Amino acid sequence: MKTHRVKKTYREINEKIRAGKVVVVTAEEIIDIAERHGFEEAAERVDIVTTGTFSPMCSSGAFLNFGHTSPKIKATKVWFNDVPAYGYIAAVDCYLGATAAAEGDPLNSIHPGEFNYGGGHVIQDLVAGKMVKLRCEGYGTDCYPSLKFEKNVTLQDLRDAVLFNPRNAYQNYNVAINMSDRIIYTYMGVLRPRMANVTYATSGQLSPLFKDPYFKTIGIGTRIFLGGAQGYVAWPGTQHSFNVLRGENGIPREGAGTLAVVGNMKEMSPQWLRAVSYTGYGVSLSLAVGVPIPVIDEDMMRSVSLSDEDLVAPIVDYSRYYPTGEGEDQLGEVTYAQLRSGSIEFRNRKVPTGCFSSYAKAREVADHLKTLIRSGAFLPSQPVSPLPGAKEGLL
Amino acid sequence: MVEEPITYRLIKDYDLMVNILRATIDPGKQGTMVVELSGEENRISQAFNYLEKAGVNVEPLSREIQHLGERCTSCTACVPICPTGAFEVDRNSWHVSFDSEKCVACLSCLDVCIYRAIEVSLQ
Repeated sequence: MKTHRVKKTYREINEKIRAGKVVVVTAEEIIDIAERHGFEEAAERVDIVTTGTFSPMCSSGAFLNFGHTSPKIKATKVWFNDVPAYGYIAAVDCYLGATAAAEGDPLNSIHPGEFNYGGGHVIQDLVAGKMVKLRCEGYGTDCYPSLKFEKNVTLQDLRDAVLFNPRNAYQNYNVAINMSDRIIYTYMGVLRPRMANVTYATSGQLSPLFKDPYFKTIGIGTRIFLGGAQGYVAWPGTQHSFNVLRGENGIPREGAGTLAVVGNMKEMSPQWLRAVSYTGYGVSLSLAVGVPIPVIDEDMMRSVSLSDEDLVAPIVDYSRYYPTGEGEDQLGEVTYAQLRSGSIEFRNRKVPTGCFSSYAKAREVADHLKTLIRSGAFLPSQPVSPLPGAKEGLL
Repeated sequence: MVEEPITYRLIKDYDLMVNILRATIDPGKQGTMVVELSGEENRISQAFNYLEKAGVNVEPLSREIQHLGERCTSCTACVPICPTGAFEVDRNSWHVSFDSEKCVACLSCLDVCIYRAIEVSLQ
């Protein structure tokens, strides 16, 4: 095991929080600090680095329990504002997916569809305190005789509302381009033909998993800021992977780790959780996710102080390779600094860039988490179990 | 049904500079074009007469685009799409701003904004 000059434990850091002496900065602020003071001194001075992101995260949804009715119903078909939820969980438990479209939505029958209302909107409406129409049907049993039920409900009326997202906070992501000669509508937005524009996601140097590339501090049980509430990393996210192309700095050069996250919807707020409608693609949910990274040693400081210049993403053709798997898996690489400049050089052309992850809001998330930690309202937690692929570092 | 190459006629017969900002044209269906016309004023009026006779409905651009600040999250997806640069990112705050003076209501941004922070009002 490598010997580090600087070594901090979660217990020490949390004691500093309780004593009002903790030093917290954001993942953007740390870049300059590390450059000025060097990794060791910066690791001595700074205890926690906060990361943040605010981006559409399609693999999201909520477990809702609407309480027993009188007479009781074993609901198998459930709708919230005509958006179907999955009702085959016990009697009154259901799961509402963020990307569900309202029943009767024309979808892409006249392409590109508008997808004006779906699961993401129901979740947003509930969090905003709005009334939502619940409708359900059951096949009837001796113990659950009722066949139909309808009621207007608010978030407070629901017995339980747990946001549980199978895959959030992707560690790196594709840069999307369209090499074909017709416009395409994707979850990476509208991509104009013949490389007329590219789109990208993640908050780059503010992005949680980018700053802990080998999952040394982020694991199962890590307390996080989720949609305004204190939530937790519940599990590795679906599609989580770690044997990926990495740069010399250890940073994945393609999509890698992911997190399954959980939090109480009743503690969330519309400032940090918003429904989105992608023309021609569907409905989704944008979420604020903030993760504090304790600076456990100077190696951690090396990771948390990486900047957009050090982070690289692959350019993927969403007209061919992404949908069909044919052709080259990636057409090139660009840094997040280049992407954020507004245009990239690709095949001798200047291609304008647009992002779906709001850097301005990612900053807000990291700043807000910094304030919460300083005030003692948020205590970083040591994971109970590492994510697959985690390297030694957890104390 | 319009059976003439109207854009060609505007240029050749009325000596107008035609800048097509947006066009939705399908054979056999109703199409729309948002164009910027430059030329002598009387030639423009003559051109409008020609268009109306040819069965083309001409309306001055009276659509107003509104950027709803409370819905916008400054993601920047709209910035590269706008042909006139009406959306700009502040390089310090990373907030997106909208300059309605630059906007020509071509509607390209409508499809791109996933937060539906852009609305068009017809007058």
